[in-house]
Parts: sequence; C-alpha cells; structure tokens
Amino acid sequence: MDTFQETIFKLKRYWSDRGCIIQEPYDVEVGAGTMCPETFLRVLGPNPYRVAYVQPSRRPADGRYGENPNRLYKHQQLQVILKPSPNDIIDQYLGSLEAIGIDLTKHDLKFEEDNWESPTLGAWGIGWQVMMDGLEITQFTYFQQCGGIDLDLVPAEITYGLERLVAFLQGKDSVFDIDWTREVKYAEVRHVEELQHSVYSFEMADVGTLWRLFELYEKECQRLTEGYKGFPRKERFPVLAAYDQVLKCSNLFNLLDARGAISVTERVGVIGRVRKLAVGVAGMWLDQNMPAAAEVGQ
Amino acid sequence: MSTAPLLIEIGVEEIPDWMIAPAVEQFRAMVGKMLTEQRLGGKLRVADGTPRRIFAIFDEVLEQQPDAEELVTGPAKAAAFKDGKPTGAAMGFARKNGVDVEQLHIEKTAKGEYVAVRKRTEGQAAKWVLGEQIAALIPKIYFPKTMYWTGKNGVRFIRPIRWIVALHGDNTVPFEVAGVAAGYYTAPHRHLGAATVGVNAENYVDQLADYGVIVQAAKRREMILTGISQLLMGRGLLAKMDEALLETLVYLTEWPAPILGSFDAGYLSLPEEVLVTVMRHHQKYFSVTDGKGKLAPHFIAVMNIKEDPDGLVRQGNERVLRARFNDARFFWEFDQRRKLAERVGDLANVTFQAKLGSYLDKTNRLVGVVKELGGNAAAERAALLSKCDLTTDMVKEFTDLQGVVGGLYARAQGEDEAVAQAIYDHYKPVSMEGPIPSTAEGCLVALADKVDTLRGCFAIGLIPSGSKDPFALRRAAQGVVKILVESGLSIPLARLAAGDKGLQEFLLDRVRYYFKDVRGFAYDEVNAVLAAGHDDLPDVGERLAAIQAVRPTADFEPLAASFKRIKNILRQAEFEGGGGAVDGNLLEAGPEAGLAAAFEDLRTQVATFRGRKDYRTALALIASLRPKVDLFFDKVLVNAPDENVRRNRLTLLANILTEFSVIADFSEIVTSF
Repeated sequence: MDTFQETIFKLKRYWSDRGCIIQEPYDVEVGAGTMCPETFLRVLGPNPYRVAYVQPSRRPADGRYGENPNRLYKHQQLQVILKPSPNDIIDQYLGSLEAIGIDLTKHDLKFEEDNWESPTLGAWGIGWQVMMDGLEITQFTYFQQCGGIDLDLVPAEITYGLERLVAFLQGKDSVFDIDWTREVKYAEVRHVEELQHSVYSFEMADVGTLWRLFELYEKECQRLTEGYKGFPRKERFPVLAAYDQVLKCSNLFNLLDARGAISVTERVGVIGRVRKLAVGVAGMWLDQNMPAAAEVGQ
Repeated sequence: MSTAPLLIEIGVEEIPDWMIAPAVEQFRAMVGKMLTEQRLGGKLRVADGTPRRIFAIFDEVLEQQPDAEELVTGPAKAAAFKDGKPTGAAMGFARKNGVDVEQLHIEKTAKGEYVAVRKRTEGQAAKWVLGEQIAALIPKIYFPKTMYWTGKNGVRFIRPIRWIVALHGDNTVPFEVAGVAAGYYTAPHRHLGAATVGVNAENYVDQLADYGVIVQAAKRREMILTGISQLLMGRGLLAKMDEALLETLVYLTEWPAPILGSFDAGYLSLPEEVLVTVMRHHQKYFSVTDGKGKLAPHFIAVMNIKEDPDGLVRQGNERVLRARFNDARFFWEFDQRRKLAERVGDLANVTFQAKLGSYLDKTNRLVGVVKELGGNAAAERAALLSKCDLTTDMVKEFTDLQGVVGGLYARAQGEDEAVAQAIYDHYKPVSMEGPIPSTAEGCLVALADKVDTLRGCFAIGLIPSGSKDPFALRRAAQGVVKILVESGLSIPLARLAAGDKGLQEFLLDRVRYYFKDVRGFAYDEVNAVLAAGHDDLPDVGERLAAIQAVRPTADFEPLAASFKRIKNILRQAEFEGGGGAVDGNLLEAGPEAGLAAAFEDLRTQVATFRGRKDYRTALALIASLRPKVDLFFDKVLVNAPDENVRRNRLTLLANILTEFSVIADFSEIVTSF
C-alpha cells in the first residue's frame, strides 16, 4: 500500500506525463489551491496552461485541535489545471485514480452536481464532487469566470483532497493514522500544528489586531491598484505583489470568521471588499499580459 | 411513402440528477413538434434519460418531406388593383413571396376579397431537414444553470456534450453541435465494458443494457425497489421510504444496485435526528428501521455498478458513515463540556445583525417578548437558551438541525421537558405545510422569536421589497400567522407590531395570503371577514369557515347585495346617527314595521349564537332576514318627505348593518346582483 507521499509522487508523475508543469506550493497562506496565482491568474486570458501542485490550505474554522479524526485546520490539496480542458478530461481524471491503485471496476463512482463559487475571488464554475464509495474524493470544476471576468478558454480544475483520498486508500478511520512514510504517521508530522493553530484561531487571535491588519493589507492593495493606470512601464508593475495583499486579506477574513467576529450582514460587506481587490488585480494582470484582451473584456 | 425510425441520443458528461427528467420531457416535446412542423410524421416510441444521456426514438419518420402548398393572403383587392392595374401594394406582396404579379389571384373570404397566392414548397430529403433542425434544437433545451466549454461565446449546455447519436433508419443524420459530429456510436457505462458501442433504433435499449446502462428511469426505479426488498427479506427490517431520495438515486445511476451496510449499534445512542440527517442528506442512504419503527444499525446505499463481490463498496461506505457518525459523536461530546446555560454569554460573540446586535442582544429581547406575550417560566427559560446551540459544533456542522440540537442538548442536560421541547420546536413551522410547535411554550417562543426579528428589521428599514427578502421576513411573518391561527392564540396583530403601522400591514398581508392561498378561501370572503376585525386570528378562521359554509345558500348573496345597498344609502345620506333607538311610532305599518320587528327578534338570537361562536347558525339567521329586506326596498321609500320618518328609517338600516356586520362585512362580498 502506498504511503501518503508515494501517492502524491504518483499523481504528480501522472499529470507531469500529461504535459503539466509541476509547481511547488505557494508561500502565502491560502484557503484553497484555487487561490494561488498559478490558478487564479493563469486561467485568465487566451494562453493555454497546464499545471499541478500540492497546496497546503488553511481553513481556520475547520480546526478541531487535532481531536477530530477527519477535520483539519490545514489540509493538503493536489490541484490540477488543464487550460483549455481536453475533450477526454474525465477519462484522464479516471486514469489518475487507476494510477494510484484504484480498480474502477470494483468501486462505486458517482459525479454529483456541485458548482463551485468563490465570492471573495469573483470566481465560479460548474462541476461535480466525485464520490467514491460514498466518499468525496475530488472536486471537479469547469471554470467560467475568475475575478469577475469571463474566461476565454475554459479550464478544468481537478482538486484532490489528499488526506481523505489517502485515508480511503490506506483504509484508515482517522487522517492522523495515515502512513506519511513507512515509519512516520501523519499525526507525528502535523498534530502539533493542528492543536496550536486551533488554539490561536478560536481562543487567542486578537480581533482588533486582525481587523487592523486586514485594513492595512487592503489599503496597500488599493494604493497599488490606484497607481497602475499612470505607471509608465507596465511590465514592471508589481501586480503579483498586489495579489499577495488580496490573499492576506482573504486569510484574515477566514480567521475573523473562525473567531465569530463577522456577522451575517457584515460578511457580505467584507467579502465584497476582498472581491473588489481581487477583481482589480485580475483586471491589471490581464491588461499587463494581454493588453488587447483586457480592452475587449471591459 | 417510406418511413424509418429516428434515434437521437445526446451524450453528456454527468447531468445533475434533478434536471434530467424535465430535460427529457422537453426534448421529447421539441422533437415531436419539429417532426410535425417539418411534415415528417413520426410516432414516439420512447424518450428517457440517464446521467449521461438524453434520448428519444420516434417510429415512422418519413424519409422524404412531402411537398407543401400554402395559401398566403395579402392586401385587400381594392388596394391591390386600381382600374384593373396592380398597385405598389400588389407588386410588393408578389415580390415578397417570390412570384410574378400575374400569379396572384383573388381569394374571397368572410371579410371581403383579398389578393392571394398559392406557394408550393418542394419537399426535401429528411436527412437534410433533420440535420439542420436537430442541430438547432439541442442547444435550446432549457437547463436551470448552463456552462460553456468550447471557449468564450461557445455553445451553452448543462455539461459538455461528448457524443451524439442520430440515426434515421440505417443512415446517420449529418450535423454537428459544439464540434461533436452525430454518428452511431454511444458511450456505455463508464466501468462496465466498452468505451464505445455501435447502436441503432432497434437494438439501442438492449445493447446499452448489455453494456451496463439501463436507459429507462422507470426500470432503474424498479431495480432499486426490488433490490431493497431482496436485501431486507427475512431480516425483520424496513427501509424508510423516501420518494425524493429514490428519485435522486434513479437519476444518479445508470445501473443501480442497492447494498445493505451496517454500523456499530453503539451509534444509536446518538439522537435519531442526527443519524438520519447524516444518512439522508450527507450520504444519500435510506435509513432502516426494525419492525417497531425504531432505527436499526443498518443503511442502504445505491451503487452505480452491478455488484460488490469483494464487499469493497460496502466497506467503503461503512467507513465513511463511521467517520461521519464519529464527527457527530465528537461534536456531541465536545459540546456537552459546556451546557447551554453556560453558553448564553458566548452569544455576545455571534452577531445577529450589524444594527440589531449580537445573538445575546436578540436573546434578551426574545425573553422580553415572551414575557410581554404572557409566557410562563418554562417559555422564558426556553427563550433564554433557544439560541445557545448556535455556538455548538453540532449546529455548525448540521445547520439544518439548529433548534433541534438545542432541544436535544437541553433534555440531555436536565432542563425541564417543556423547556427542551420548546427549544426543539422554536424554528417551526419550517414551511407552510410544516407543523407548528407541539406545545404552548414552543408556540410562544417560536412566535416571539419571529416577532422580534420582524420588529427589529422593520425598525432599521430592512423591509422586504419585490423579490428581495434577504432575512426571510415573509416566511417569519407567515410563521407568525400560522402559529396564531393553528395554536388558537389570539394576540392582536397591532400588539405584535408594537405600533409599527408598516409591520402591522405586512402581517395583515400575510394573513390574507394564509387564508387565501394556504387555506383556499375566496378573496372576497377573506376581505369581508377581515373588515369585521382581525384582532383574533383563530376567530377569523372560524368566521371564514362559517361564511364559506353559508355562502351557497339561496339567501346569502342577495342579502350581501342588500347590505351593500344599505351601506351606499347611508353614505349618500351622510348619515351619522347609527346606534340610536328606532322610534316604533314612526314606523310605517307593513314592510317597514315587519323588517323592524324581524330585526328585533333576530338580533338577540344572533347575538346569542355569536357569543357561542356558532357563526354558522348566526349567519343563517342573518340570511333569513332577506325576504323582509327585499320587501322593504321594494315597497318603502327611504328618503321619506318627513325628515323624522327618514331619519328613523336610516337609523333602522344603520342598526341592521352595524349589528350584523360583526362576523363579516357583507358589503365586501362580490355578488352577481
């Protein structure tokens, strides 16, 4: 039986063989692999792109102090983007399951409607959650819009929840019992992180500080965005740095949310603020890379 | 003319289960209509669908479209010809129809003489017509949410179209949609056999069945039901039937096969509500009960594959369910560390609404409203604890169970049964069909909760307009009305609205909706009854039922018409003297004295029955006044020359109107008189 890391190696190899760049995780906190610039920005515009990477994804509200066998503050996603999506994309995806040792003739596979939407990113797509023997093992999405912009080429996004998938493959009831290597269990690698970040997110994070940080990052992003128009040499303009501020805001929003500091009404407003930043960055990125395309888009 | 069957199959990546049946229905109708319009005949053999295909087979589709002749009429003869010569109008009409003016003739119709032309259209080979028509028709199938996949501005459909089968007899119908050319290869089940297989109209159903696809939804349904009864046979177990879940599974599978799984009986110590929610909503399992209706430690999952010989699928599902139940148990145990009562303060951190404050603020107001409405100690306690489950992990995970979880926790933590049940029920009714809370305390807390939300939102201007109602205030108000009527609580709307006229009108509007659309009373009956007062909604319900019962009787509508007449007379006379005594000496012998006497006789009887809430008898008695009223209007002049006589008559009429309008304002009844 494959270890956690062997399964990851096999998936990366599989997608590498199908023309994907194998990227490493992005180094700013994100809630999902979709938020990495490798997805969020690369799906914009008319240039084909294929990439796969593992992205540790933080969901503060899902933290359970490492006590719940299936809930994690941080989990690992394996994210694949094929832009544009090939006609046999589902067969390719099913091939990836066979590549990690799943005999599809012996398992029950269903594609259940699950349309993905990220209001903070102004992004949405159409797709499914892929269910294997009653377990959601993959989120499959055809992106339609990102940063409020209709996409020229429709990418397929395949997101494997690695802990769940490997727990399934290894027959484990708790993700903490997963064999990360032959010698080391998942818990030994990650339990402390789960505990400490849960304590921080639920008990110790200072709401006032988080709000101030949110506003600082928001202002920095706004300042940059406002300077874009008059900036002389566009190719030098730090759109990517502006996008990092968006990611910071998004993570702070998630932390504030976990802390119970955001009400239902406020939520809509704060999400709108982050979306506005994301939409601004998407527009700049498209303009910087494809000036003509951005004009048409406007 | 020779005919052949027509087979069309649209091969799609998995279509959302709930959209398939409506799409099949549309597709069947669209193809049928197209064949008729194109004069190609055709008789439906079958139309159906699975997650990956929508198909239809029509028999006796003509191979050659017959020629058509059509009569087109144009301008009137007078406008088309002047002095026997064609005018511009005639020439224009001829040009439009592609004929010479000489080919026009005069057609006599009922409306006069018109210029006309017989247009012949030569029939084409069916395959060209079909190709063009089907290609245009497929993208027009309506789906609630569509996507594009071939690039911006490309074809939209529910999911990418990956293959199309279109055969007329042995011939492929030539067309393409979204770059997919029609052919005769279909894709069978993803994991049961081949990648593609050739089909025709004759072998389509069987060929696909051989390769793992049951194309008929009805047959898949039957396979699920038969499979379940075979699984449970002789075990003393019953599946909890659930029509909506069954329908979902029929359209989530191409070859459905139920399997029976089990879980550790130890999980049965968790509340049934939680277990069933997990199985039904999260896992799409049927839950299973023993002979006595008690939940058994089993479940039924429906696979999209024929068999599970090694038990891998069963084990997989059991493991997932175990993880879900473990989650639930974990939440339950974790949540018990702090009782609901200790969580009240935590509600300060959960915002209800920016301007209306936290859930702690809401709780305090809620307790106040419960007191204001006369709630007992148990109701007050329930109100205090009602929102505390929002801080529990169980509710964060199973949001549908808010309230229910609070009630279960309250019971487990030793709160009074009345308190626990009131918390359990306080979000009810969840729909217009759903039940109201089962206890008086529950009704009061549920009512107070909704009233507080309504008052608060109205106070800060969050008033629903058009289709915008983000706080679901209509539903809240609807709940208020349903609880009042069905629990028999008579609390005036004005009191619930606490002086907010807008809110009072909003509630009254929901009262109208409830009686009209939910209970099915006629709108004029509702108006009539409400015009006679709506402080006591249960009483409104009883008065309405009485009106509805008495209305078909012969005297009722004519009397209602007479009351309308009385109202008009009083208005025209600007008469203000109602309620005064009628002077018997001024009454004219005959119809007037007769009416006065009958009225005097009836009013006490009516009042007695009204007092007993026997509205039917009271109304029947009022209706019995009709002949006297009719005779009065027939024979007596209200506007008598003598002012005293006139005033006396108006007083009599005003008294009748006032006295008998307490149950309903009959002048609101729409009559045909």
